[in-house]
Amino acid sequence: MRVVIVDETASRAAIIREGLAAIAGCEVFVIGNRHGLIAQIGEIAPDIVLIDLGNPSRDVLEEYFAVSRALARPIAMFVDESDAETIAASVEAGVSAYVVDGLAANRIRPLLDLAIGRFNAFARLQKDLDAAKGQLAERAMVDRAKRILMDDRGLSEPQAYAELRKTAMNRNRRIAEIAEALVTAHQLMKGN
Amino acid sequence: MPVPLTIGFVPLVDACLPILAHEHGFAEEEGLSLRLVRDLSWASVLDRLLYGHSDAAHMIAPLTIATTLGRGRPAQPLAVPFVLGLNGNAITMRRELAGAIATPGQLGDPLRVGAALREIAAQRRAAGAPLRFGVVHRYSSHNYMLRYWLAASGIQPDRDVEITTVPPPFCADALEQGEVDAICVGEPWNSVAVERGVGEIVLASAQIWRRGVEKVLALRESRLDERRGDVEALIRALIRAGKHFVDPENHAANAAILARAEYLDGNIALIGRAIADRMLLVRGSEPVHYPDFMFQYREAANFPWVSQAEWLYTQLLRWDGLAFDPAQAAAAAHVFRPDVYRAALIGSGEPLPGASSKVEGSLDRPLAVGAQQGAITLASNRFFDGRAFDPSDLAGYLASLP
Repeated sequence: MRVVIVDETASRAAIIREGLAAIAGCEVFVIGNRHGLIAQIGEIAPDIVLIDLGNPSRDVLEEYFAVSRALARPIAMFVDESDAETIAASVEAGVSAYVVDGLAANRIRPLLDLAIGRFNAFARLQKDLDAAKGQLAERAMVDRAKRILMDDRGLSEPQAYAELRKTAMNRNRRIAEIAEALVTAHQLMKGN
Repeated sequence: MPVPLTIGFVPLVDACLPILAHEHGFAEEEGLSLRLVRDLSWASVLDRLLYGHSDAAHMIAPLTIATTLGRGRPAQPLAVPFVLGLNGNAITMRRELAGAIATPGQLGDPLRVGAALREIAAQRRAAGAPLRFGVVHRYSSHNYMLRYWLAASGIQPDRDVEITTVPPPFCADALEQGEVDAICVGEPWNSVAVERGVGEIVLASAQIWRRGVEKVLALRESRLDERRGDVEALIRALIRAGKHFVDPENHAANAAILARAEYLDGNIALIGRAIADRMLLVRGSEPVHYPDFMFQYREAANFPWVSQAEWLYTQLLRWDGLAFDPAQAAAAAHVFRPDVYRAALIGSGEPLPGASSKVEGSLDRPLAVGAQQGAITLASNRFFDGRAFDPSDLAGYLASLP
């Protein structure tokens, strides 16, 4: 079975490829660039095309598949009314599948399930990464706020931190929010 | 507690009404809490709508007819209780092509530009390198307007020229790389191509059909039935957003909202020009004011005329090479739901037309028309070739087309 993954996110394509490679008889191709997308798909002649919902080229693919209906190997979106659950799960995960007409559902299912699983795993990783980046940014903000208190009010570092924490508790806010407000106010006062 | 309602959209200027209904609190005042979900392809907006991720969607009008009739995937009945706007697209060409058939810095005359294009299309076809046009989707107003203009100019789409799908964010790139000679796309993407110096705007879609239906608010028919009250509340909120949108006082503020990262993630100046009907046709020149480039709110522009759905159905038959079928025609006509629009706005003071269908393209001067509520004067709604569409004779209209 020849599977094409269309994905501009190379890291995600890699983890899906790695997963699909473990399925017997699966030959995987990754297309990461929109240029020549249709020509490449035509050349590979895949049985299944996986593409993420966020890819603007989906409309290009659908156009191609609509036209290719007249060709020897028509491809349709994997829309089987009896399997609404899988479709809902794939939309949820953000992946869509196009399948050569007549390919048995029991051959598609494991592959699609795997793709859905990997898409979800990738989304979780991305979320963790974003959260980690956010935490780093917050820590930097708290450091700047402490520095302002230390410079302007002559506090020690632990005193400055205690001051931020006390204000946050009194106002029912997070320390990072208080720090941000203080840094913003300080910038305004300094006129920059 | 406001009731949540999820609306899918593609980042284009004509996604403005749901965004502004949310941002200015009109939806909330109608008891709705809107959640806006952005997607970069119409396929993804449609998938979310069909599989229940969204309740409603900003959608290219012909796609609602195609989906209802099962073109390309199993048929699923959609309903359109509100038109999100008329026109707002343009045809942008590579500079050498634009220079050969039009005057740079001026919108062309569609008849004259069409005649000049016909010569070049014939030369290019004879040379084995036919002109290529990019449109955003097979079932888009852009595709139908472009094809209407080409065919009426004596250029047979798919024989004399190629028409291919190019996603809006890639339009400027495709012009630059020579993948296409021209694009028909909405804003801000024509302006992006102009600013990059890779294309010149030659025609506005409003020059092809002065009052052409463009984006619509689409729902699954079953979802409309389940949430009928909420949909009517949404229509009232969208009408208020439309009124706000057309007021020049609000142009700058609305451009700034639409430009934000979570919405269009685009350039405020370009979005502002589209809202104000001021288009920069060629890089380095002055913007040209073309009234009604993008048409909203006035003349009951958001009313879903059944005749619009029927016109779209004739174009679907025409370009998909299908035969007229009375049952399919009825299903297509039923997609547009003036009954829902009326129910939402009766008693509101907003003008409501007396009829639900009209002869499209029959007016060449303003005409006061019968109203169920308020007063409505419709301005010229002509097709550039002077042909009118009479919804009482779809088969006759189809037979009369070139």
